Amino acid sequence: MDQFVQQIINGISLGSIYALIALGYTMVYGIIKLINFAHCDVYMLGAYIGYFCMTILHLDVIPSLLIAMMLCTVVGVLIEKIAYKPLRNATRIAVLITAIGVSLFLEYGTMYFVSAQVRTFPPRIVKSMSAGIKLGNINVTYMQLMIVGVTVLLMVLLQFTVKKTRIGKAMRAVSLDVDAAELMGINVDTTISFTFALGSALAGAAGVLVGLYYNSINPLMGMLPGLKAFVAAVFGGIGIIPGAMIGGYFIGMVETFVSGYGYSMYRDAVVFAILILILIIKPAGLLGRNVREKV
Amino acid sequence: MKLLEVKKLTKSFGGLMAVSNVSMVIDKGELVGLIGPNGAGKTTVFNLITGMYSPSSGTITLFDGEQGKPIQGQKPNKICNAGVARTFQNIRLFRDLTVLDNVRIAMHRSVKYRLLSCFVHSPGYRSEEQRIIDESIELLKIFNLDGKKDELARNLPYGEQRHLEIARALASRPKLLLLDEPAAGMNPAETAQLSEIIRKVRKLFNLTILLIEHDMSLVMKICERIYVLDFGSVIANGSPDEIKSNERVITAYLGEDAIDA
Amino acid sequence: MSKGFNKKAFIKTLALLLAFSVVQLLIRFNIISYYYQDILARVCINIILAVSLNLITGFTGQFSLGHAGFMSIGAYTCALIIERVPTVYGFIAGVILGALLAAFAGFLVGLPTLRLKGDYLAIATLGLSEIIRILFINLDSITNGAAGLYLQRRFVNWFWLYLFTVSTVVLISNFVRSSHGRACISIREDEIAAEAVGINTTKYKVIAFMIGSFFAGVAGAVYASYNYFIEPNLFNFSKSIDILVVVVLGGLGSISGSIMAATVLELISSFLQSVAAIRMVLYAVLLILIMLFRPGGLMGSRELSVAMLTELRKKAIAWLKAMPARAVHAVRSIAKGSGKPGDKSAGKGRVDG
Repeated sequence: MDQFVQQIINGISLGSIYALIALGYTMVYGIIKLINFAHCDVYMLGAYIGYFCMTILHLDVIPSLLIAMMLCTVVGVLIEKIAYKPLRNATRIAVLITAIGVSLFLEYGTMYFVSAQVRTFPPRIVKSMSAGIKLGNINVTYMQLMIVGVTVLLMVLLQFTVKKTRIGKAMRAVSLDVDAAELMGINVDTTISFTFALGSALAGAAGVLVGLYYNSINPLMGMLPGLKAFVAAVFGGIGIIPGAMIGGYFIGMVETFVSGYGYSMYRDAVVFAILILILIIKPAGLLGRNVREKV
Repeated sequence: MKLLEVKKLTKSFGGLMAVSNVSMVIDKGELVGLIGPNGAGKTTVFNLITGMYSPSSGTITLFDGEQGKPIQGQKPNKICNAGVARTFQNIRLFRDLTVLDNVRIAMHRSVKYRLLSCFVHSPGYRSEEQRIIDESIELLKIFNLDGKKDELARNLPYGEQRHLEIARALASRPKLLLLDEPAAGMNPAETAQLSEIIRKVRKLFNLTILLIEHDMSLVMKICERIYVLDFGSVIANGSPDEIKSNERVITAYLGEDAIDA
Repeated sequence: MSKGFNKKAFIKTLALLLAFSVVQLLIRFNIISYYYQDILARVCINIILAVSLNLITGFTGQFSLGHAGFMSIGAYTCALIIERVPTVYGFIAGVILGALLAAFAGFLVGLPTLRLKGDYLAIATLGLSEIIRILFINLDSITNGAAGLYLQRRFVNWFWLYLFTVSTVVLISNFVRSSHGRACISIREDEIAAEAVGINTTKYKVIAFMIGSFFAGVAGAVYASYNYFIEPNLFNFSKSIDILVVVVLGGLGSISGSIMAATVLELISSFLQSVAAIRMVLYAVLLILIMLFRPGGLMGSRELSVAMLTELRKKAIAWLKAMPARAVHAVRSIAKGSGKPGDKSAGKGRVDG
């Protein structure tokens, strides 16, 4: 029983991170129908920015997190402006390949500058974060509390932005129909950039949190969590914000339980198997509706 | 003799009834028009007959002699191979392929060689390919497109694209041809030319044709019988003259006040 | 007609045999050094991979990100057979069985996932190839897990490389020029129109997937025997991307484009071997630039032909003649970029309203 509760706590922490990354995928997909492969590398950059803030600038966790979020926002918007915007009218496959190109560029560009070496965070921070509350045999670290806290806070902020603000309304309009939104006087370019900015900020936060959680970062660290977060987005119904949250927590739980009960070698395979099952059974995802192509 | 029988065909999208309780019969050799105001559900009827959508309820039966076979809900390629070909309202050619390729692809159904023999290009394969090219060019000649066989479909002028789409539909050797607004966007001279072509291919291929069209002069000139659709239901059915004087049809097209005025 | 065709085929065969013999002699007399033989082998394997992926992605328009997975099935099958039967017959059996198993995997993968469109299919194939890789890592008792398999002998030589490469190119180009191949191409152009003219789109997607996987299996088998060593991580996501880069660079739907791109990229990466990170950055920039300025790839969907070369020669001569006057202008236009971004000329997978 204790182990079960412990797994749930671990699952929620991991799920929070997947949810944060998945939100970026889902928002961008919702608005320009693009799987932004580079998103997972923005997350990797977030981890590195956090790392350098803590090692070189000797900042604390929260300021590092904020700086990472801000810089990632800039990176995300730059990616959109330089690589995706010129392809607004191009074919889907062309944009997707560009996204893969941007992803490779960020990964190996980073590798060139900071080397492929795996880095760990300063011991003073790691130590303070891995302490925690003990309830019998169940252990909740401050790290886990922070992950869940930050995630919930960011999600609430995001929901508020999307539902209550002007730009959020514009985002929803553009995701429904780009041309109609433009005719209604919505600045589509600004809206798309804003979406990238939001998604990238969340990814930056996730990057710092994951870096601390696993205490290990490298230039290719984004690939696998990125794919899993994408699976989470698809699971919940891509383009749907609450779907990404549900999907993130679900994938986090599945993964923790599979590895918690001794099948850690197969945990990635299980996640991909879920992806394929969902695509076959209900391609629109848990909360999505099936849309048939108009003839 | 019946060729196509549609019974109580209904299709709803969510809460919207696009087609409700439509029944129609088309006899072999007929040229039937399907008209109605915008949004009446004409194209949806076509999409149901050709398998692009599956109906919510109702049956569609295709007759081969006396033998009737239900085709509702089958996949489009099956229905095409059963002998129903169509064109699209917004032309759907293989735009980046040549005129010849557009027609050749539609002849796929009649190709006799096996999958494996196409890897080695056996003599049988080569003569079959030659036959496909020859027959395709014969077909293009009818539409005066044989001189442009190596051009890309998207480089053709609009009217010729419409012609090519009809040629492509004919390449699958259909019994029933569905034309979705073939004269849309054409000037009167082009429309006249089109009606000539429709007559010609009908005779040549022993075709039955069902046609959606907004150009009433064309419909009244070539159709032998007309179905009128409004809000998803058939409101009238008869010869062009009967339709012209039918009150419900006039109301549907011009509104309630038209009759009083 | 048939006489002319035979003559052409005869000349082609002669040219192919000549090319083989010349290289064979050069290798025999050590004029092609071991270093260049190695590049040659890699070029051949990449050509097989690229041409087979081109059938799936370029001709049929089905975006696959899992080609390395099918390759790994061929590689492991062949390696395991050679381990037990270390003769050239074992190698041949390994290639054939590896290819068949890969094709079978293509069939299994294809049936359920090919209903998916575009990017969903890409992600599904990616996921499947990752599953295959993870299985190879975990099936310790058979595959020796992450440590990989070592082979004692190499059976692949120039003869086998050449045979398999030429066969792949000839068979796939024969296929795409046939009616079945045109059925595949029509799916890429407009799936709904293809269905409407009687093409069973599901069937042809699966066929394209199976043929593509078959040859990916061949490439894997040849690679295993050539390389002495295989491990699951050789066939990861990056490998699939490598193959995709070749196909995209050469042109989606151009076999000669794939052959040229495979050759050029292999040469580039051989010269950049010592700086792997830069190589990948260069790949990335190349991908982005091509998509921005030439979304159809270098060759588009055209094939290299005599007529094209003559035209190119004419253009080159005219350009050289006008060189002094146009030099400035040319520099300017290159700086501006040779194509408009957002050019729809390679409109694959469009969705028309």
